This record gives sequence, structure tokens and C-alpha cells, in this order.
Amino acid sequence: MHISEGILSTPVLAAGAVLTIGGVTLGLKKMDYEKIPEVAVLSSAFFVASLIHVPLGPTSVHLVLNGLVGVLLGWMAFPSILVALALQALLFQFGGFTVLGVNTFNMAAPAVASYYFFNFLVRRGNRSVTAVAAFLAGALGVGGGTFLIALSLVTTGEEFLSVARLVFLAHLPVMLIEGIITAFCILFIKKVKPEILEVGK
Amino acid sequence: MHLEEFAEGDSLLHRIDPRVKFITLMPFILLVAVLKGIELPLIGLIVSLVLVIIARLPLKKLINRLLVVNTFVLLLWLFIPFSYPGREIFSIGPLGLSQEGLLYVLSITIKTNAIVLATIAVLGTSEIFSLAHALLHLKMPEKLVYLFFFFYRYISVLHEEYTRLKRAMAIRCFHPETNMHTYRSFAYLVGMLLVRSYERSQRIYQAMLCRGFQGRFPLVRHFRLTGRDILFLTVMISITIAMAVIAIT
Repeated sequence: MHISEGILSTPVLAAGAVLTIGGVTLGLKKMDYEKIPEVAVLSSAFFVASLIHVPLGPTSVHLVLNGLVGVLLGWMAFPSILVALALQALLFQFGGFTVLGVNTFNMAAPAVASYYFFNFLVRRGNRSVTAVAAFLAGALGVGGGTFLIALSLVTTGEEFLSVARLVFLAHLPVMLIEGIITAFCILFIKKVKPEILEVGK
Repeated sequence: MHLEEFAEGDSLLHRIDPRVKFITLMPFILLVAVLKGIELPLIGLIVSLVLVIIARLPLKKLINRLLVVNTFVLLLWLFIPFSYPGREIFSIGPLGLSQEGLLYVLSITIKTNAIVLATIAVLGTSEIFSLAHALLHLKMPEKLVYLFFFFYRYISVLHEEYTRLKRAMAIRCFHPETNMHTYRSFAYLVGMLLVRSYERSQRIYQAMLCRGFQGRFPLVRHFRLTGRDILFLTVMISITIAMAVIAIT
């Protein structure tokens, strides 16, 4: 989910860049040198996971998982998502360098919110609390992300309102699927390798 | 997984110093992104096309890329001309097509393609690792560049893990449909991928410590500017400045 080059207005691009620089700086501060391989290889896993297409009725959607990234990595979601989007901009020209700030913020801000709302519940809660918290984290990641995308479009110009509304509505079912996948995934991680839930601290 | 589709080749652009590439490309694409109207973005597009010709990029792959990029632009073509305020030139029922709206979407389309083409021609023609190396020289935060380095290095490894897991599912007759079983299975697939990547990262770090890692990668090879690089730098920066001057006046 990203906005392509050449669409957004200059103030929106600038605001996105400034906010992302702030978030990445905080994330890098949390990431000690010995954590770099951990965060990096988890980011590679998320990058590969985003290639997975899950069926949804007659179509399929690809996983975004920024809610899950947030719950696991906390503020380090900012650098993690930045490098992923930078690579996509380099290799596939999805998004791009001039919109890198906006796109990173749109995905990483809801991720960090997921961390603050749900990391504690996920780690300490019993099975059902964990499942519900993880579901909400996954849904919040995508939902917040699309909301911010719609907001970036609308603040660029009123004429984007109908496109922005369409983008948001189209992602409502994706929120549901992301929530379900995030819930099962976190239950799995908690059983198999609970240390991963501590990486973001 | 073959990711660097355009990096092979020996055109002029393939041989330019990656540091120079960043210094010349960033101002150019930022300028194009903030341009308004039709004429100036068109000049930008022409510059990008010249870069593409110099880089001698494989045309078929290039067109595939452009198709992907332009799908979102197509969505804008369907909506913006009808909702943009301006003089109506054509109407279907209650929907009025405005001339200003059409020009606005046209401008966006030109800008998007100009930026994408320039990026592929200039950055796509270098290997990712040499670009990361260049970023270190350009004083990007070290931790961020290291993160990028490891992240990129392990994508292909984890993609292999992913293919293995998927094959294991296929052997057990997994058939994706719209139901809970499918979502749970995909979730466990992602979970397993994360568990394996976490365990791998521990081994990587231990191996780094064994080899005396102290928080820094020594840079052994250094870039050297040639006359070619300086020429490219001068030409691109002059074009960018000229375009900026025209845009302001």
C-alpha cells in the first residue's frame, strides 16, 4: 500500500519526510548494534511474507502485516519499514524516493500505535486476551495505514476525496483478514518462540 | 529470486560512481515531484527518456515496470477529471468532465513516469550493495545502512525458506480458499518464517562476534571519481538548476 510519485503536494511530502526522520531517529536509538541482525532478518521475513497472497472471495489480497511488525518491533518498525519501502522503490518502483517519507510514516505510525496499545496485552494476557489484542493490532495496522493514505490524498486536494474514500473502503475486508492472520500468528509465536515478542523493548 | 533486473550491463550509467548517482538524482526527482503544469514535467520526462536511452535498458522489462506503476494513475484518470472544479468540456449524465481536471491528471501522469524512469535509469543500473556502500560515504546513519545491508542480504535466504515451507504445505494437499483454515495455515506459515528468521539472526550475530565484530564494518574498497563522473554530475545538476529557475520565474 503506497502512494506513487508525482501525486502528493509539496507540503504533504515535506510533512511526511519530517515525521519519518523523527520516527526513524527514535527507532535507531532503540536499536543497539547487537540488535541490528535481529531487526534486519525479521524485516527480510516480513518482506517475503508480504509476497503471500491470501484468497478473499473471488480475488486475493497480499499481506501487509504492519500491525504485526509494530507489535514485535515497537519504534524500530520505523527503520524496518523504511528500508523495506526504500528497497521496493529501488527495485520495483512501488512508491518511490520522493514519497518515501509519507509512505513510511503512513505504515509505521499505526505500527507503533499497535505496539503501545497491544504489546503488553499480547505478552501478559491469557490465550483469549492475546488473540483479541493481536487481532486488533493487525486491524489497526492496516486500518490506520489506509486512513493515513486517504488523509495524505485529501490534504493534497479536495478532488482526491472520491479516490481516497474508495481506497479506504476497499481495505475494510483487508483489515479483517490482517486481524485474523495477526492473531493466529502471534498465538503461534507465543507458543513456539516467545522471545520474539520481547525484541521491540 | 532475481531482484536487480537492470543492474547488469556496461553502459555509461552502469559505470557512474554510486555517490554521484545519489547526488544528481535526488535533486532532480524532488524537483519533478513539486513541479506544476504540463510543460516543465514534460521536459523532465524527456530528460528521463534520454537517461533511459543512455542506460540501454531492456525495453520489455521496462514496460512491465511502467504498467505496474501506472495502475494507480489509471484510477486517478477515472476519478479526478470528474471531481476537479473547472470548465466543463464534456458531460455524461450528472458527471461533468473538466478541462482543468484532465490537465491536472495529465501532469501527474507525466511526473510519475518521469521520476520512475529516471530512478530506474540512474539507480537501477547499480548493484544494491554498492548503493548501500555509497550511502555510508554520504553520511547516512551507520545503523540504518547496516540494517539495510542485512535486510537485503537475507531476503533471498528467507525466500528460499518460504518456498520450502510452501512446498511442504502443497505436499500435504493444502489448497487455499476463503475460510478460517486457510487463514490459520497462512498465519502459521508467517509465524514459522519469523521463528526461523529470528533463530538465524542469532546465529548470524554469534558468527559476527566470532570474527571480531565491534559494531563497525571496515570499508576496504573506496570509490574514485573519474572525469566521466564529474561530467555527468555537471550536466545533470545544470539541467536541474535550469529547470528550477524556469519554474520559479
